[in-house]
This record gives sequence, structure tokens and C-alpha cells, in this order.
Amino acid sequence: MSVLAIAAKELALYFTSLVFYALAAVFLALSGYLFYTNLDFYVRFGGMNLVLGLWQYQFYDMRQLLLVLVPLLTMRLFAEERRLGTLELLWTYPLRDVEIIAGKFLACFVVLLAIILPTFAYPLLLSRYQEIAWGPLCAGYLGLLLLAAAFSACGLFLSALTDSQLVAGASTYGLLLFFWIITWNEAAVSERALTVLRPFSLFDRFQVFMRGGIDTRDVIYLLLFAWVFLAFTFLALDSRRWRGLR
Amino acid sequence: MTARPMLELQDVTKRFGTVEAVAGITFSVREGEIVGFLGPNGAGKTTTMRILAGIFPPTSGEVRVAGHDPLREPLACRRAVGYFPEYAPFYPELSVAGYLRLVARLKRVPPGSRGGAVARVLADCGLESVARRRVGTLSKGYRQRVGLAQALCGDPPILILDEPTIGLDPAQVVEIRELVRGLRGTRTVLFSSHILSEVEALCERVIVIAGGRIVGEGTPAELAARVGRRQRVVLRVHGAADAARAALAALPGTPRLEESHGTFVLEAASDGDLARLAGEAVQQAGLGLIELRQEPLDLEEVFLHLVRRGEQAS
Repeated sequence: MSVLAIAAKELALYFTSLVFYALAAVFLALSGYLFYTNLDFYVRFGGMNLVLGLWQYQFYDMRQLLLVLVPLLTMRLFAEERRLGTLELLWTYPLRDVEIIAGKFLACFVVLLAIILPTFAYPLLLSRYQEIAWGPLCAGYLGLLLLAAAFSACGLFLSALTDSQLVAGASTYGLLLFFWIITWNEAAVSERALTVLRPFSLFDRFQVFMRGGIDTRDVIYLLLFAWVFLAFTFLALDSRRWRGLR
Repeated sequence: MTARPMLELQDVTKRFGTVEAVAGITFSVREGEIVGFLGPNGAGKTTTMRILAGIFPPTSGEVRVAGHDPLREPLACRRAVGYFPEYAPFYPELSVAGYLRLVARLKRVPPGSRGGAVARVLADCGLESVARRRVGTLSKGYRQRVGLAQALCGDPPILILDEPTIGLDPAQVVEIRELVRGLRGTRTVLFSSHILSEVEALCERVIVIAGGRIVGEGTPAELAARVGRRQRVVLRVHGAADAARAALAALPGTPRLEESHGTFVLEAASDGDLARLAGEAVQQAGLGLIELRQEPLDLEEVFLHLVRRGEQAS
């Protein structure tokens, strides 16, 4: 119940400020443009596997957009509250820290859902002219949402560490980018190091979803990634509180 | 009959790193009391109130809020307390009524009675006319009322108000004071301030804190008695200042003497007729007496005296 109350509060803040509308507009405008260019590319120069290839590219692009978008959404969650002094107020209400964290995470996920789901219009539109393989497409969306959840948890954690939204946002970019490029330079990293690092690459985990498959290991990894950062958030809040920091 | 204690602190300390903000304080507030919590800035008022509101635990010592231990039953404690933090933080984008509805929900007011709870605090705090406006567009006085409304929301039996009148103009101060006065009897209130007239007007009991320690506790009258009854006489003298000083210093009871631009302030223990003696001494020295008046020692000075004594001790 209290989780929903916190989520309702966060959603009210998202929807009464311009943040949500601005970010949703940017995301949908860019992903619409990218869909148009991807479609155009495949209609003109496309190979045999038109449909599958198109969605892979579209998911790849939406993933990049999420990387830009999520830190902007999560950076305010604790940092703003701390700057305003309202976190202190929240702590005097009959709420557990776990409920506060879960509520904020839930609200952020709902906002991302509201931003991502309208892109489902692209395959719906296309299905009037072309048969769509819905199964693989849904796998791709599942992957995208899991990735969004993992990003949000990471951003929530970094927002709990500071009262500056800018610091929270910038460090979230940094950390997410790091999890992306961790396996990039195969020449610089030894073969053995690469086999150790690869499982931790957030973006390699998205490959299978992008191609329309679901690997349980990837699902579990992304959920675990989110869970670990939510647990870190709890520890960060708790320790700051015992030290009397707001 | 003694009412049960609603707020209790026993040897409570709070350390932030190497700084000891609260250094072993003990006091309790009984049900239905309005208690003033007085002290200069940085004395440990806010830290103490945050401990009572459940924002952070004390470093050591026992705390009871409505009979509950905040470490074991944090939610029961928080349900019993409405807290008004200094500077009344707010979400600027939300409307007054929308914000209070969310507060009611966060405080677990059942869905059916949320509307009524919000309407009641809107009326109690005089916010009905601005209920639909965004909190960020309101004047400081109204925002402060929104802060109080948030504390009152959900009808907690205990209110902890941290400097609710800071930064307000005199008319607004009076309004907030009337609001708190209206709570008398129905709620237990701990009210912090560094303005004495306010505490004197509102509270039947005062707790004075300085340097993280309690330096005085009691009714305003009891506190004055503890400091020792003193009287003060102010004289304006025409003529040689040296002669006047000599005449006044020779008075019985060796009063404390301060002088600036021909005005002398005498302070001494309250027995004896200091004003008459001082007047006669000046005239006998052949000087002209322009003004002679007796000033009461107010709570402000009692407070300063206690604080100085406390700071010397720590």
C-alpha cells in the first residue's frame, strides 16, 4: 500500500513538472525518426531478412535512446528530494525505507513504460502492409523493458548518494556507459579478462533479446542487476541516516 | 493526576563525526502540554527534534514516543508524530490540496476519510482560498501554513514544530501562534524557537538548551526564580559622569554598573529599594537627574543568563 502511495507521489511530481513531457517528446520524436530511416533503408536496400533486420536495428536505436533518457529521469528521484528537504519529511511518515525505494523505482518504471509502449505503434502500423513475427518482437520489448529497469535501479542508487541532480545524472551516464564499453576493446583486454568481463556487460545481455530470443540467463542477470542496485540504494540511505546526513 | 508522558528522552546523545550536537539530555513532555524548546542557533534543538521525529536514531540514550521505542517500532512512533521541519520544505509543482491528499495517503489515512482529513487541515490552517494553487507560487506565510497542515494531517496526537515562525512578518507570526494556541488541550506540542516572546505567549513550560545540554526547565516564572530575582534601574544624569559613577558605585549591595553617554544601568539583587537609593545618591552628589526608571528583567535575560551559564559549563 505504501509502495503505491510513494509511487503515486512520484508520478504526480513527474506529470506536474515538464520533465516527463519533455523526455517523452524527445524519445518518441527521435525513435519515430529512427524508425522512419530504418524502414526507408530496408525498403530501398534491404536484404532477404527484411522484418527481422528492421527490428534489430530499431531495438538497437531505442537502447541508445534509453541510455540518454534514463539518467535524466532518475537523477531527481532522491537528489531533488534531498535538496528540497522533503526527504526528511518523508522519513517522519509511517513508511519503511524499502517502501520508499520500491515506490520510486516503480514510478520510474511506469514512466518508462508510458514512454516506450507508444513505439509499439510502429509494428502495428506496419502490420497492415507486412506480416509481423509478433513473438520475437515481444521478446525484444521484454528485453528493452528489463534493460530500462536495470538502468533505473542504477540511476536510483546514484541519486541516493548526492543532493546534486547533475552529479547523480552524470555519474549514472558514466556507470551505464562503462557497463556498455566494458567488452569493447578486445585488443587491449586479454582473452582471459574478456571471458571474465563479458557476463557483466549490460549491453551484450541485450543481444539475444534484440534478435528475438529470450535467454533465461539474460533475464536473471538483468533482474539481478536491478536488484543489486536497489539493495545498494537501501544501504546508502540507511548509512547516511545513521550518520545523520540528509 | 498526572497525564502520561508522550515524549521522553533519557540521557540522549547524538554525535556527528567528532561533533557532539546533543550531549546527554533528559526531559519529558506530558500529554496535552505545550512545551517551548528554547535555545540559541546551533544549541541542538533541531537535532533533538529530528531524533524525536524518527529521522535518525540517537548515538546513545533512550527515547520513547507515545510509549514506543523508535528503534523497535519506528512506524508506530511516526504515526503518533506530526513534524514541521525548519524552513518548511515543499514540492513547488504540486497544488496545496493535491499535496495534502498525497500526504494523507502517505500517512496511511484510510481512502474513505482522506477527503475529510484534507478538508479539515485546509480549514484549520486557513488554506481553503489557495487550495488549488501550486505551493511554489505561494507567499512564505502560506507555505509555512502548508507545512503546518502537512504536520497536522492524519491527526497525530503529538506535534513537533521546529521554528514554525522563522522568517515570517509580524502579522504572519501572530497567525501561526494563534493556530498553535488552538491546539491547546487536544495535542501534545513541542515547539522550538529562539524568540522568547513567542514561547512566553504560548507555552506553559519551557525547556532551555545550550551547547547540547539542558540548562533550564520550568514555567517562565520558575526559570526567572532560578536565575535569581534581580532588579534593574536606568538613570540619565546631567553633570560630571565621573562624579555620578562614583556616587552610584558606592551604593549598598554593590550593584553591577554599565554606562554609555551619560546613561547608567544598575543591576542588583531584588531586595532593597535600588531606584530610590540611586536617585538620592545622584542628587546628593550635586548632579541633575533627567530620568530615572525601573525595568523588569524579562525572560529574554533569564534565557541569556541560562545559556551563558550552560556554554561555560560545556
